[in-house]
Amino acid sequence: MHELSVCQAMLAQVEAIAKREQASRVERIVVRIGPLSGVVPELLRQAFTIARAGSVAAEAELDTELQQVRIRCRQCGAECAASSNRMICCECGDFRTQLISGDELLLASVELIRE
Amino acid sequence: MCDTCGCNITEGNRHLVEEGGKHAHSEDGSVAVEVLQNLLSENDHQAAHNREHFDRHQLLAVNLMSSPGSGKTRLLETTIDRLKARYRIAVVEGDLETENDAERIREKGVEAVQITTGTACHLDAHMIHNALHRMDLDQVDILFIENVGNLVCPASFDLGQHLNITLLSVTEGDDKPSKYPVIFRAADLVLITKSDLLAVMDEFSPERAEQAVRQLAVEVPVTQTSAKSGEGFETWLDWLEEQIELQKARRSQGETRTPKLQPEGAKLHAGEG
Ligand SMILES: Nc1nc2c(ncn2[C@@H]2O[C@H](COP(=O)(O)OP(=O)(O)OP(=O)(O)O)[C@@H](O)[C@H]2O)c(=O)[nH]1
Ligand SMILES: [Mg+2]
Ligand SMILES: [Zn+2]
Repeated sequence: MHELSVCQAMLAQVEAIAKREQASRVERIVVRIGPLSGVVPELLRQAFTIARAGSVAAEAELDTELQQVRIRCRQCGAECAASSNRMICCECGDFRTQLISGDELLLASVELIRE
Repeated sequence: MCDTCGCNITEGNRHLVEEGGKHAHSEDGSVAVEVLQNLLSENDHQAAHNREHFDRHQLLAVNLMSSPGSGKTRLLETTIDRLKARYRIAVVEGDLETENDAERIREKGVEAVQITTGTACHLDAHMIHNALHRMDLDQVDILFIENVGNLVCPASFDLGQHLNITLLSVTEGDDKPSKYPVIFRAADLVLITKSDLLAVMDEFSPERAEQAVRQLAVEVPVTQTSAKSGEGFETWLDWLEEQIELQKARRSQGETRTPKLQPEGAKLHAGEG
């Protein structure tokens, strides 16, 4: 439900970049989202169809690149794929692991048109 | 869904953005600019500013998050009763509507500022900043921020607090941490609340709840309290007082503390960019 706020923050960043680059419009926005970011890609895309109206990104596409949850065990050093609610070590079963990826909420790139 | 969520872009959200970024030109005349910036960097920037306020005023700021009705306000009421003689406490209350929770706190003789978010399901750093300027922070040792009752949205927004507490009441089910991993991963302390009801809620197993928290690779304490019977308050208040001392020690070293809300993975990736 907070995806609209996140989307508006994203559009503010995109507007600023478009202005800096003297672009007339934005073609594509690429974001990277991890399952542990707290943002649901599908809801962000829905929010985008509402929030983009009237902005420099009014006709832009939004690409959401979903990231994988990966952890590193702080006990045995193993690196494993994990899921949002099961982040224990795949080698030794210890729960004291560190997140390597999976909580990203990044504006990765913007494609602009200068006319 | 999103269209009914009135979360607004706040004043501070508008201007931005860090210079630079790689450019790639394609044949059709479009330019791709690589950015690699956290989507909530404007909120994070404001949160860091709030944290400077808190540190300048030498207080500990604690954010409480839970589902609606898990006992945040009642925990604060009992905590105020127990600590009022020794610490100066103030509260920022976040709710969709009504001044009710702030009034409950004021009845305890403690300053409370109510933020009504309308339809927004979380507090953000700009709302907190506005509230701070309505308070006399010099008169405060502990500032509690009661977030909007919601197990999803508050977890994404840093407010400038030093610590997060996630509450789970025994009437909610012990599998909540598995269903809402983000908010439980953000916790510096997990409080199982309304423990007086465990006697009649044999479906809720505190052990299973703690197991579900550990499955999220969370090492922080998980402890039980009842704001009704006072059960577990020694442990909770000891923890809180320890945090006050730890924050004091950090401050004297010119350091502060950020709760774990900040995406660790994102930082790693931004570093590569
Ligand atoms: N039995 C019992 N009831 C409690 C306890 N703590 C809170 N309650 C009751 O649970 C209900 C909700 O408590 P609140 O403190 O208002 O919950 P909250 O998390 O502040 O709710 P929102 O601000 O609306 O999200 C009230 O009726 C409280 O009296 C407790 O320890 N034991
Ligand atoms: Mg309340
Ligand atoms: Zn291991």
